[in-house]
Amino acid sequence: MDVNFQTETKTLVLQLTEEIDHHTTKKIRRIADYEIERYMPRKVVFDFHHVTFMDSAGIGMILGRYKMIKMLGGTLELSHVNQNVHKILEMSGVLKICPIQEYSKTN
Amino acid sequence: MKGLYDNEMKLEFACKSNNEAFARISVAAFASQLDPTIEELADIKTAVSEAVTNCIIHAYDGLEEGTVKVEAKLKDNTIYIEIADTGKGIENIEIAKKPLYTSKPNLERSGMGFTIMESFMDEVIVESIVHLGTKVTMKKSIKKEQTIQKKQEEIVEQNSEKEGEFYDI
Repeated sequence: MDVNFQTETKTLVLQLTEEIDHHTTKKIRRIADYEIERYMPRKVVFDFHHVTFMDSAGIGMILGRYKMIKMLGGTLELSHVNQNVHKILEMSGVLKICPIQEYSKTN
Repeated sequence: MKGLYDNEMKLEFACKSNNEAFARISVAAFASQLDPTIEELADIKTAVSEAVTNCIIHAYDGLEEGTVKVEAKLKDNTIYIEIADTGKGIENIEIAKKPLYTSKPNLERSGMGFTIMESFMDEVIVESIVHLGTKVTMKKSIKKEQTIQKKQEEIVEQNSEKEGEFYDI
């Protein structure tokens, strides 16, 4: 997972680089929580550009991070979501609380 | 091998979470014989992943003891997938199937496993006996409309080529 923090906007971009399932969420959760606590960002973006697969474990992971970020006063956004991931996000209602944005590094 | 099905395969692996990817990729590779679309293949992968994850987290309580059996069969453009464990079983299947229900909220699970399986596959049957194990049987037909259309187009093309030859003579 690539981590990128933009100081001016206080935005933490977490670029997910693998398939997201019950096994890989353990690691993603550990890294994400560490980085969020370290930077205290105003906005966190999960970039799904390199994610080819996600199941319901990903939903649990996103909702868990959402609660944590909200508690710290920040917002969570998702970007570059492909069709398959979108289907699961929509079905589980995650899209109602986390907006999807096309995020470019120049922002 | 000539049997009831066009083709079949069996897998058995230790219930470790790093086998989740192995299970879904294997089933997807097997299913690709039916020439599914990328979306159909993704649906199958997701459903298998959910079922196998259930075995690992719930059936064996994450103890990494015991095995998960996966069987897949192909018959007439339809894939039948059976995922079985010999774990603790489900006491009330109806409750377990409810969207957002999870028996392990502390694990940050979404409770969407069965809901996803049911909406991504054509048919999902859950059988379970407490202390003996659980078996999930899923079925999905691969829509052949596109491939049939493609074949028809090919035939038309071939015919028109032949006509061309005919006129050349």
